[in-house]
Amino acid sequence: MPKDHGIGASSKRREDVRFLTGRGRYTDDINLPGQAHACFVRSQVAHGRLNGVNTADAAAMPGVIRIFTAADFEGVGGLPCGWQVTDRHGAPMQEPGHPVLATGKVRHVGDPIALVVAETYDQARDAAEAVVVDIEELEPVLDMKAALADGAPKVHDDLTSNLCYDWGFVEENREAVNKAFEAAHHVTTLDLVNQRLIPNAMEPRVAIGDYNFATDDSTLYTTSQNPHVIRLLMGAFVLGIPEHKLRVVAPDVGGGFGSKIFHYAEEAAVTFAARQLRRPVKWTCTRSESFITDAQGRDHVTKIELALDAEGHFQALRTETYANMGAYLSTFAPSIPTWLHGTLMAGNYKTPLIYVNVKAVFTNTVPVDAYRGAGRPEATFQLERVIDKAAREIGMDPVELRRKNFITQFPYATPVAVEYDTGDYNATMDKLLEIADVAGFEARLAESKARGKLRGLGVNCYIEACGIAPSHLVGQLGARAGLYESATVRVNATGGLVVMTGSHSHGQGHETTFAQVVADMIGLPENMVEIVHGDTANTPMGMGTYGSRSLAVGGSAMVKATNKIIAKARKIAAHLMEASPDDIELKDGRFTVAGTDKSVAWGDVTLAAYVPHNYPLEDLEPGLEETAFYDPNNFTYPAGAYACEVEVDPETGRVTVERFAAADDFGNVVNPMIVDGQVHGGIAQGIGQALLESAAYDEYGQLLTGSYMDYAMPRADDVPFYTVDHSCQTPCTHNPLGVKGCGEAGAIGSPPAVVNAVVDALQRAGHTGVTHIDMPLTPSRVWAAMQG
Amino acid sequence: MYAFDFVRPATLDEAVAALGGEEAQALGGGQTLIPALKQRLAAPATLVSLTGLPELRGVCAADDGTLCVGGATTHAVVAAEAAAHYPALAALAGNIGDPAVRNRGTIGGSVANNDPSACYPAAALGSGATIRTNTRDIAADDYFQGMFTTALEPGEIITEIRFPVPEKAAYVKFEQPASRFALVGVFVAKYADGVRVAVTGASEEGVFRWTEAEAALSSDFGAGAVSGLSVEADMMIGDLHGSPEYRAHLVKVLTGRAVIAAG
Ligand SMILES: Cc1cc2nc3c(=O)[nH]c(=O)nc-3n(C[C@H](O)[C@H](O)[C@H](O)COP(=O)(O)OP(=O)(O)OC[C@H]3O[C@@H](n4cnc5c(N)ncnc54)[C@H](O)[C@@H]3O)c2cc1C
Repeated sequence: MPKDHGIGASSKRREDVRFLTGRGRYTDDINLPGQAHACFVRSQVAHGRLNGVNTADAAAMPGVIRIFTAADFEGVGGLPCGWQVTDRHGAPMQEPGHPVLATGKVRHVGDPIALVVAETYDQARDAAEAVVVDIEELEPVLDMKAALADGAPKVHDDLTSNLCYDWGFVEENREAVNKAFEAAHHVTTLDLVNQRLIPNAMEPRVAIGDYNFATDDSTLYTTSQNPHVIRLLMGAFVLGIPEHKLRVVAPDVGGGFGSKIFHYAEEAAVTFAARQLRRPVKWTCTRSESFITDAQGRDHVTKIELALDAEGHFQALRTETYANMGAYLSTFAPSIPTWLHGTLMAGNYKTPLIYVNVKAVFTNTVPVDAYRGAGRPEATFQLERVIDKAAREIGMDPVELRRKNFITQFPYATPVAVEYDTGDYNATMDKLLEIADVAGFEARLAESKARGKLRGLGVNCYIEACGIAPSHLVGQLGARAGLYESATVRVNATGGLVVMTGSHSHGQGHETTFAQVVADMIGLPENMVEIVHGDTANTPMGMGTYGSRSLAVGGSAMVKATNKIIAKARKIAAHLMEASPDDIELKDGRFTVAGTDKSVAWGDVTLAAYVPHNYPLEDLEPGLEETAFYDPNNFTYPAGAYACEVEVDPETGRVTVERFAAADDFGNVVNPMIVDGQVHGGIAQGIGQALLESAAYDEYGQLLTGSYMDYAMPRADDVPFYTVDHSCQTPCTHNPLGVKGCGEAGAIGSPPAVVNAVVDALQRAGHTGVTHIDMPLTPSRVWAAMQG
Repeated sequence: MYAFDFVRPATLDEAVAALGGEEAQALGGGQTLIPALKQRLAAPATLVSLTGLPELRGVCAADDGTLCVGGATTHAVVAAEAAAHYPALAALAGNIGDPAVRNRGTIGGSVANNDPSACYPAAALGSGATIRTNTRDIAADDYFQGMFTTALEPGEIITEIRFPVPEKAAYVKFEQPASRFALVGVFVAKYADGVRVAVTGASEEGVFRWTEAEAALSSDFGAGAVSGLSVEADMMIGDLHGSPEYRAHLVKVLTGRAVIAAG
């Protein structure tokens, strides 16, 4: 019997009422009295020496208030990078400066050069066009391998080369892995590209700086997934504003997918300008601008090799990846191809020896950083593709080969530094084969054939590390931040609760799910719990939402705080009923003295806390409000198995996804409907990557896919109805809810399923030379592959 | 957008006069022009809306069997009102863009713009249509002169497009995955005096007639008639979405499919 409220119930998303009726309040909906408007002058070339910026004519144009150039930002810090990776020789990565406005050089199309502030946006834009920029064009650095060649032009003149770092993991295993390959019975090799993606959140970025000179308070309204992180980075590193004088508000945010984690130049620029001008300054990104300024995702070029013994046991795995950083280091960029990628290379398998090499490279392109899945899709894709290829080469069923190598004992310490706490990969595989009706595939294949279509089946597994992250661990790995989460639970006198969380909802449905958790713990209706997030002024310091962490880490903080509330409420109830706190039971929002019919309601207790007439004031403070911070002691490891069936039109190469099934183990599930939705969205993004999306630059470093005319986003008719299941549950062992996180799984697990299916279809049709096609599998690429 | 003046004349004469002004430009449904203005890629001084001219709107069947479509008729209206007379044309119109585009975009705007990936040019050329303007009639064969290039003089207004209705016809569009314009689109129409095949999306020179296929289909109207033919990749467009070879291949595949669809 499905529950109708509390943990486990598919409660309707309360936030949807405002989103679907146009009552959401997004950053662009905020207009402050006296607000001025900003427009950035941006580089139109990928690489050039910035010899001068002449603002004289522009400054005299109607409505122009002030034009800022790099010179105005001289005393201001650069944008900081939040993670330092150490290379395989023990040296720190090369870390270039990242000025708010381009200084000396421009390094990608879209690099901001000047900030024009005017009375209206159109005036600012007119003036921005009139700013004269003197740029001496330089040869752009675009291809990663060419960027590392001797004599290649440098993106950053003060670095020794375009290499950010050359990372080896686990470096001590390098020789042993090489030896295992020399001795291997069979080696499967695959070269592949995990192409660059553009996040395309529905809401473009917006930033409004505000300054009250009378109190010296600054406020930044911004489209962020983590307002506290922005406050810390911008306040401490860029503008030098102490946190008590800086408030960051991220109201309703229309999707992030990672791209709104990072601290962007525009945020610092408008906050700075507002202080200088003593007026609010608003900047709203155009869609065209988001294509060239939002941090992009993926962009790996990889060679992966898998060594197997005669029975198909994995003996060793070796990868070499070139990871594009773009022109500057975005906030968390260095961690993505390393700690969020290399640590996942064991996948669901007990490969004893693994060595991962990653060379991170600077190029004259938009910076690359976390994008839904962040490193884990790249790991999963190459691993699950090479396994499929190996199965074909050794003549074994791909599911059989996977099962043969599954990790079955938990906890399991991988050779790549992480310890999986729980999992049951055979269970999710069994469930997948059932819900995908793999048994019926042959019949569907025959039916497709009769219609002149090729059909293929792709199956794969995935595992991810989320619930990011244990602070002590990430600190050792180079993170310059802690990754705990926080919650304050405030109980009002009449019993309603307000829960203030440091995590942030930008589509995930936290306001519903979190309320379910807290209400369930006390036994109250969900509508007695309100969730507050997104404003540093009224939430405790938290690290925000990404890495499928909000319930696993933020929810755990909430559980801790709520437990403190319950403990105190129990004492108050004990006092009211003249019993011992140990004898007090809490059920359905009522406190009862065990074994008696004496009870008090939740509201009696909360009222007593705030109207403490009959109250143990000597032992207990009045009021009922608690804060907790939770720092996880491990990652969580959602895992699962995905199956995709495609049809390929043999004449045109067009691929259609006919069926898609996902069997996920997310541990305990708080709201099954929301989890379904998260998986649906993730799969749509994964199908988008597999079949449609690609950020392509031409040889001058101009983005060829700078609008929806050329950048193909998945649409409703590109995806089938999915069959998703999360009934296989091995609860997380180290957080109080036993939850693992579900936000990224769909995007991580689905691309290899699609590509495996297409390769399978082509193989079955006799195109035996086709062992891989790089994403996106556009009709023209699939057709070209079939031509041999 | 840059600032501009906007006029919405009620008669063709007023429209012609307005378009005679400095840097005046006609505005149909704005589905091509407005995005260009927003991107500041165009800066007309005056936009002259053609949507207030009743004589430019609507679909009617002339006595000689020609279907006449007013130059400011939206795709949605063509999709609905041409269906009884010229189903292939109606189906083409009904598959342009999305509902918003179809309810604003006009046939005159599409044919005036002559985007190399647009659908209507294939129908007009494939039907041997006549482009009627405020000054003259232009045969489709003379009208389309290459990518974004037509026989229109500055300020000339497309008032009507007259389509001879064929015995059989079909348009098959292979969508470019991002824009969903035609990566390649082929319009095949069979008339008593022969078959016309017009191809959009494929060529560097814009919409063109595949005369070899026309000859083969005129003597034998079946998909088999084109299976032995091949299309040169030389002048085909090569871009992110498809190589010249791929487009050349699609021209042939889609022509065969259009013949089958035409029945
Ligand atoms: C999202 C989207 C998807 C689309 N998909 C497709 C598609 O799949 N296939 C397709 O074919 N098209 C597609 N289009 C283009 C659409 O069909 C446009 O409506 C059409 O190309 C232009 O028509 P319009 O009336 O909007 O012209 P406008 O944008 O108003 O004008 C375009 C040009 O034509 C001129 N003009 C307009 N009317 C006349 C006239 N009567 N006489 C002379 N000159 C005139 C204007 O001055 C301008 O130069 C799409 C557009 C969008 C925005």
